[in-house]
Amino acid sequence: MAVTSVARGLQPGQSAEIIGRGIGRRYAAERRFRLYGIAAISIAVLFLGYLFFSLISQGYTAFVQTSWKLNVFLDRSVIDPSGQKDQNQLMTADYSVLARKALASALGVNATERPKMREVGQLLSRDVDLEIRKAVLADPSLIGKTVPIWVLASGRVDTLMKGQLDRDLPASVRKISDQQLGWLDKASEEGILAKRFNTGLFVNGASSNPETAGIGVAVIGSLYMMLIVLALAVPLGVAAAVYLEEFAPKNLFTDAIEVNINNLAAVPSIVFGLLGLAIFINFMGLPRSASLVGGLVLTLMTLPTIIITTRAALKAVPPSIREAALGVGASKMQTIFHHVLPLAIPGILTGTIVGLAQALGETAPLLMIGMVAFVVEYPTSPMSPSTALPVQIYMWATSAERGFVERTAGAALILVAVLICMNLFAVILRRRYEKRW
Amino acid sequence: MLKMPDTDLGANAQAKHATKVAASGVNVYYGDKQALQNVSVNIPDRAVMAFIGPSGCGKSTFLRCINRMNDTITSAKITGKILIDDQDIYDKSLDVVQLRARVGMVFQKPNPFPKSIFENVAYGPRIHGLVHSKADLEEVVHASLEKAGLLKEVKDRLDDPGTGLSGGQQQRLCIARAIAVNPEVILMDEPCSALDPIATARIEELIDELRQNYCIIIVTHSMQQAARVSQRTAFFHLGTLVEEGDTTEIFTNPKDKRTQDYITGRFG
Repeated sequence: MAVTSVARGLQPGQSAEIIGRGIGRRYAAERRFRLYGIAAISIAVLFLGYLFFSLISQGYTAFVQTSWKLNVFLDRSVIDPSGQKDQNQLMTADYSVLARKALASALGVNATERPKMREVGQLLSRDVDLEIRKAVLADPSLIGKTVPIWVLASGRVDTLMKGQLDRDLPASVRKISDQQLGWLDKASEEGILAKRFNTGLFVNGASSNPETAGIGVAVIGSLYMMLIVLALAVPLGVAAAVYLEEFAPKNLFTDAIEVNINNLAAVPSIVFGLLGLAIFINFMGLPRSASLVGGLVLTLMTLPTIIITTRAALKAVPPSIREAALGVGASKMQTIFHHVLPLAIPGILTGTIVGLAQALGETAPLLMIGMVAFVVEYPTSPMSPSTALPVQIYMWATSAERGFVERTAGAALILVAVLICMNLFAVILRRRYEKRW
Repeated sequence: MLKMPDTDLGANAQAKHATKVAASGVNVYYGDKQALQNVSVNIPDRAVMAFIGPSGCGKSTFLRCINRMNDTITSAKITGKILIDDQDIYDKSLDVVQLRARVGMVFQKPNPFPKSIFENVAYGPRIHGLVHSKADLEEVVHASLEKAGLLKEVKDRLDDPGTGLSGGQQQRLCIARAIAVNPEVILMDEPCSALDPIATARIEELIDELRQNYCIIIVTHSMQQAARVSQRTAFFHLGTLVEEGDTTEIFTNPKDKRTQDYITGRFG
């Protein structure tokens, strides 16, 4: 058969010349496109870099805390005058006076000079009695002895020592007198005033003093909520997706459901907060600020994400596997649970982890249901009031004291680190399981 | 020249080998399009029947009717009767899961489960409750692999993934998987089309051995394969069953002109 010439009566061989002329243009367009791509990524990386830089530069100081190393004389007459080591007495004794006396002697101040003692007291954290009480309760036999204890310095001292307070300001503005300044410099030279790792940031609850404030309660609250989301959203979401994908008849009704689920994934999170407020708190009467309510609201938010990713994972399983299973005589349920679902698990896992990571960072709906509580003690159950990590960051960001600035950034760093870990875990899981199949 | 099969099916074919699958007046519609028109054929037991014909003629569609795999396609509608051992398989009271245990299928592209070789073969007997102990299961798996001619090659690596075998081995694994549930009929949809000639030859040998115990129906694009392997042949064209009969007769003395044209290579 003769080969008929193609476009516009070209002879074979002529087209090569035409193509040759156009090739330069085509490659130039591709080069331009690559440049656009690189430019876009560079801009994104630049912004990301700036974000991390500002977070880290503001927040790294939050991980250390200025403390006094004091030799505290545990005066029996103050702590336990009756000598019976009664719990109540030990809990309510005035430990701060012991701290003040210890600091005074360390600084060389006479305990009878009242104005000077007041200034000495200002150098200590307002919660200093908690630390000494902890030591005494742990070992009541120490009463009567002199023991070295690290106690937190006040928030203002901490700010000064971290260089965040301008030393050249007049004393009334600085809120640290020149005498106190002299003491502080001398003490840091001698080593009794030092910066130590701030474990309090991780284990303490909320506090109005920045030096004793921590994310402990927020972490527990977030943990409870993640567990609730895991326990509720994953089974419900996977079951719904399996039903919609494998069993539901294809009609207008199921189409409408699918459209609605896709839309729910895009609904602003604060609307879920309003929903939670109306249903869980007002209608069902669940306690405000409880992580149970927060978990339920986040479950509703994460459900559409899990359903959508599970359906995609199920669709990706090749039909040849289903046919093989059916051909051997497996029922529909057996085909799904023994063959399709196991192959879809990597996709489901990835979707779950990404959904959980999203839920972890949600703030707006939690604000609506009242998880902005000031909670000092660890929540004992999901029904007790608590708060969440992003909400804690929000509350600190709106606090007045200078010490909270670094803590906001520090807590934000911790949250970002956790989210990065979770997403990394999801990526590793996906890579590992994709290879096997 | 086509090599004639060593067939013991002559004029007394039907007497020796009773009809296993009897189809009458089968029509298949995919939505509005009719894929099969009024197909009627009797398929004998303990023999190989080949369905031949050009692409898109409906032979695979008809094959899939026999184990009701077309049920999985929502737009498919089937009318007519297909009897296996005088039992209508499209009867409402018939359980399709049980049917598929009696009628096994081997697909064009080997599709072992992404599990171990042992698990691939063991899955069927296990879900149907055919075995009661682990020892029984092992015996069934070994016997199936032996019958499929695969045991010697894999017997010391039964826990290796089934997907790690070569193409020909995978197809034999699929055959072993189909045999393990003790079917009566084995349907094969172009089982060798994805394999090289040597693997093909081994599978054809296997089919020849298997036909002594099972009713085998094979769809094939290759006339030579049909001639080598089958005792009876049916020629399909554009959704109708044009002619069927003993393989020797079809290939040496076809009655219909369309069959003649196809065999001599005029089309297809």
